[in-house]
Amino acid sequence: MEGISIRELKNTATDLRRHVIEMIYKAQSGHPGGSLSVADFVTACYFREMRIDPNNPKWEDRDRFILSKGHVCPAQYAALAMKGYFPMDVLDTLRKEGSMLQGHPDMKKCPGIDISTGSLGQGLACGVGMAIDGKRRQKDYYVYVAVGDGECQEGEIWEACQTANKYQLDHLIVFVDDNGLQLDGTTDEVMPNINLGQKFQAFGFDVYEIDGNDMEQVVAAIELAKLVKNGRPKCLFAHTVKGKGVSFMENECGWHGTAPNQEQFEQAMKELKTQSSGC
Amino acid sequence: MEQKKIATRDGFGEAIVDLGKENPDIYVIDIDIGKSCKTGTFRKELPEQYLNVGIAEQNAAGVAAGLATCGRTPFVVTYAAFGSMRICEMIRQEICYPNLNVKIACSHGGVTPANDGASHQCIEDMGIMRTLPNMTVVMPADYVSAKALVKAAAAWNGPVYLRFTRDAVPVIYEEGGTFEIGKAKRIREGSDVSLIANGDTVRLAMEAAKILSKKGMEAEVLDMHTIKPLDCEAVRNSIRTTNAIVTIEDHNIYNGLGSAVAELIAENGGALLRRVGIQDQFGQSAPYERLLEMNGIAVENIVKQAEELLEKKSKNEK
Repeated sequence: MEGISIRELKNTATDLRRHVIEMIYKAQSGHPGGSLSVADFVTACYFREMRIDPNNPKWEDRDRFILSKGHVCPAQYAALAMKGYFPMDVLDTLRKEGSMLQGHPDMKKCPGIDISTGSLGQGLACGVGMAIDGKRRQKDYYVYVAVGDGECQEGEIWEACQTANKYQLDHLIVFVDDNGLQLDGTTDEVMPNINLGQKFQAFGFDVYEIDGNDMEQVVAAIELAKLVKNGRPKCLFAHTVKGKGVSFMENECGWHGTAPNQEQFEQAMKELKTQSSGC
Repeated sequence: MEQKKIATRDGFGEAIVDLGKENPDIYVIDIDIGKSCKTGTFRKELPEQYLNVGIAEQNAAGVAAGLATCGRTPFVVTYAAFGSMRICEMIRQEICYPNLNVKIACSHGGVTPANDGASHQCIEDMGIMRTLPNMTVVMPADYVSAKALVKAAAAWNGPVYLRFTRDAVPVIYEEGGTFEIGKAKRIREGSDVSLIANGDTVRLAMEAAKILSKKGMEAEVLDMHTIKPLDCEAVRNSIRTTNAIVTIEDHNIYNGLGSAVAELIAENGGALLRRVGIQDQFGQSAPYERLLEMNGIAVENIVKQAEELLEKKSKNEK
């Protein structure tokens, strides 16, 4: 899909955000804040960077995408539907009984989900396993893993980083969604993530510090990370805004896991429409 | 004549090499205790199918899950205490929930890591693993059945928890027998009482059956190597034929073999039952046989429990 312009990608990211808000509004349940902060990375991966085939979700040579912070799955579900993995109206079934769109991603129910996630800290290790397999089988696929900054408080993240370094997984690209907020408050209040970017560096990663909500920077960093074949895993240490794109949700901890009411929904959709036509 | 004794972890170590040579999809993931878990030959002969992730169990479970999504059959190799409890939630989330083809192969089951003390002994694992949906739970009785059941586990589609002994236990089976996951092995026929055991206690049940026979009581002996899925047909058959069951296990009396059998008995309207196992207490550094004895996991106690049940049965019949 390389070739889609940055401008088109920005519009796509806005569309994706509209779907996120609509899904969570209709479900009256879900996590809008993190879904919006990670939206630009998800859009860049699915609509430009990843080698995938929506008609063949289990294709052996596909790039893998793991949402280790599984609670922000509305962003990934929207991308999968927009890519044609399943019909758009399935998005209306988020978190409903019998739906393929579980509250947290289920690889057995939803096509395009490469591993079930939801319990924080675990997706990166799974990505390491996939990347090791790709390397041992001389496949050229990339493994993308999105982790939260709060999630990096889990010890297993660092266990996985050690292994990524040992097995020289330079085709593993970890996106750290550094939005500075977690459920109970700011990361500084709850558990300061001391020098998070430097930590990844210390664990043997090449670290690219970017504005994770700036599409130019996101795309440039992914494309650079893909090019550099130096045996070192890649970390996009991305400063993002939780709730990005909806003014009253931005940097508001309360929007971690709260659904908008009708008035808030209409306001959010109005704001996201304005941005889209303004591009 | 003294029986030959071999730890069942050695059976695992040999079988996994055979499997790996036959099938390049078989992987071993070590967690820095490969030497102790007997993966040394695999590591040397099949380096492309081998990983060592260091002392990081949680990550090992995730790496295994990732490999399994790519079509591999990884064996995560560690001690029972760590393979069941340290990474319990990773097994649940990333292996059992998506029903991935990962095997958790654990040495040091029960009190067999005797002198290591309570931190390394593991009396809770089978019960914990039995509670997880999609998980299959197996403990072979000896070296021969360990080799066979490791191969059966590799062929089984889905997560399997395998538990081995650190200490040597008598070899009770001839080479070449068949062992099927979920199917008990009837070692001895008998119509008075049923002794249902697994793992390193099967040998004790066999000894107890001999003594009972000398006393005029014929005991059926079942090797219930798989506690989930339980061989319900075999247990129902015991209920029908003997109506008196003693379970024996190197595991807490809660949630393991004894509990699984008790659940089935209760649902079937009852049978006389005694559970021999760890008495809900932590162990200590001591000789393996002593640790078993401290919990009544000994031939004399199995005989005693069986005799008491038979006495009760004859009273009931009068």
